[in-house]
Amino acid sequence: MSFLPIFEQHSWEGMAERINGKQAADVERALNKQGKRDLDDFCALVSPAAVPYLERMAQLSYRLTRKRFGNTTQLYIPMYLSNECHNICTYCGFSVHNKLARRTLNQQQILREVEAIKAHGFEHLLLVTGEANRTVGVDYFEQVLEWIRPYFANLTMEVQALDQADYERLIQKGLNSVLLYQETYHRDNYRQYHPKGKKGNFVYRLETPDRLGRAGIHRIGLGTLLGLEDWRTDAAFVALHLGYLERQYWQTKYSVSLPRLRPAAGVQSPNVEVTDRDFVQLICAYRIYSENVEISLSTRERPAFRDHLLKLGITSMSAGSKTEPGGYAIEEEALEQFEISDERTPEEVAAMIRRQGFEPVWKDWDSVLG
Amino acid sequence: MKTEPLHIAGHTFQSRLFLGTGKFGSNQLMHDAVVASGSELVTVALRRVRLQEQEDEVVSHLQIPGVKLLPNTSGVRTAKEAVLAAQLAREALQTNLLKLEIHPDPRYLLPDPIETLAATEILAREGFIILPYINADPVLCKRLEDAGAAAVMPLGAPIGTNQGLQTRAMLEIIIEQSGVPVVVDAGIGAPSQAAEAMEMGADAVLVNTAIAVAGDPVAMAEAFKLATLCGRMAYEARMGSVRKSAEASSPLTAFLGQE
Repeated sequence: MSFLPIFEQHSWEGMAERINGKQAADVERALNKQGKRDLDDFCALVSPAAVPYLERMAQLSYRLTRKRFGNTTQLYIPMYLSNECHNICTYCGFSVHNKLARRTLNQQQILREVEAIKAHGFEHLLLVTGEANRTVGVDYFEQVLEWIRPYFANLTMEVQALDQADYERLIQKGLNSVLLYQETYHRDNYRQYHPKGKKGNFVYRLETPDRLGRAGIHRIGLGTLLGLEDWRTDAAFVALHLGYLERQYWQTKYSVSLPRLRPAAGVQSPNVEVTDRDFVQLICAYRIYSENVEISLSTRERPAFRDHLLKLGITSMSAGSKTEPGGYAIEEEALEQFEISDERTPEEVAAMIRRQGFEPVWKDWDSVLG
Repeated sequence: MKTEPLHIAGHTFQSRLFLGTGKFGSNQLMHDAVVASGSELVTVALRRVRLQEQEDEVVSHLQIPGVKLLPNTSGVRTAKEAVLAAQLAREALQTNLLKLEIHPDPRYLLPDPIETLAATEILAREGFIILPYINADPVLCKRLEDAGAAAVMPLGAPIGTNQGLQTRAMLEIIIEQSGVPVVVDAGIGAPSQAAEAMEMGADAVLVNTAIAVAGDPVAMAEAFKLATLCGRMAYEARMGSVRKSAEASSPLTAFLGQE
């Protein structure tokens, strides 16, 4: 059993038509529904017909988020371990043909980064790499987890897709959570964005959450890269995927992210524009569709926009991020994956969260919890 | 206004309102709400506490005279993980009290009865005072009592839903049969629902979301304090029974003793 047969029941064009055919009455029905909304409701909520309902969606999203997650926002920080990469991803600064100095952190460098990160009080860490399986593969990850496990309450990875047995090894070493974005569910165009490298295998990537679920991971993060293909259609596929996973791997938590394409050295600019208004509609649609899904927000977005989004359904955000390996303690310049937009310190972000009447939560897990 | 004190494994509580401490907009607000509630037992999630550090921000805001901490195991999925978490909580927070919660389902956070019973058996032998969070299942409650639970904490409705006493029929049986205190946990969304649970004969109620995300959490904490007290007073004063029909005006047994 995997998501593939379910995915194959839906064509891209069919999903787009389903969304674009929604009327005001469908949006009203989705908003007024008591209990769990289904995929049709989600299609209505992300449709153009829902645009005039944005304020109502925001109010509902706010209430649902507060009920489930309280008046709190979880804080985390990414640590880039490596920018080595054998893939071509036409939108990414780490892409193999980009002339960058490549670096993979060793133990000593990692521990210096850890020290700098811990000084801010972070307990939830996101480890990020490119895809270079020979040098930055499962053996390296296992080593890294061993080195840093004592310092953090919760460890998440955003790296290449792996086999189930690899995930099982990493979970043994204390891995709690994996983020793996499909980038786009547009199967034909996916190939064009990923012309070279292992990442070009659409189906292997699509079935990765299944392998993670079978391996018994605590949390899986889904998402698409906003700016590649029609965001409404991509989002409906995320909702379909999420609905399937929640039933299939019922012990796993899920999160969604909304990475919006940022400028980076040597990469193509967005294919599709996703406006702030679109972005807000998408957050609210995810929240109303799933009251329990975590929604995280990165420093790709600019400060004033992030401050407003805090109330709309976001449950966790990164702060003080650097997107180059060694960015916290070793050196400041070069090598970054994308440009950071919110350059405030973690302390400044925490103060902003407090000013809005929320508690910034630094620790909401413990390594003892498996 | 005094009601009978509540005893749980050698601990005595005047207040029958227990508080959960998650979801508050700030640690100060959490502190103020606990004070306003008059609660003497508040849960603290192990996952929120920085165990290695001397001073934890959440714990330091809960250092209130007369208030005991009840560590919970939120986040564990199995009995094995729960036992480990419990040992760590005991060491870090210096208490044998434990709210045992094992919910492998991260969406509705519904407790796993099998793992909960298994963990209770182990932890009772290790000297913990265990208050297990469970579904409103009367047989499970008796099994937990036999296994050494100091109280039982059946849910009124799924946690965080504010739906009230959806499990009323089962709660009535649990209260009737229980040899240990019954604390209605989860789902209580309004002070009137806390009063309702107390009128039914529950020994205490535990409230979190309804207070933490209220417009004014401190005022809401006080409202729950009064409602819980009110319900308990009514219970101790022995309420008149509810009748579904009016008393017959022509009695059928009046002839007895008339001859």
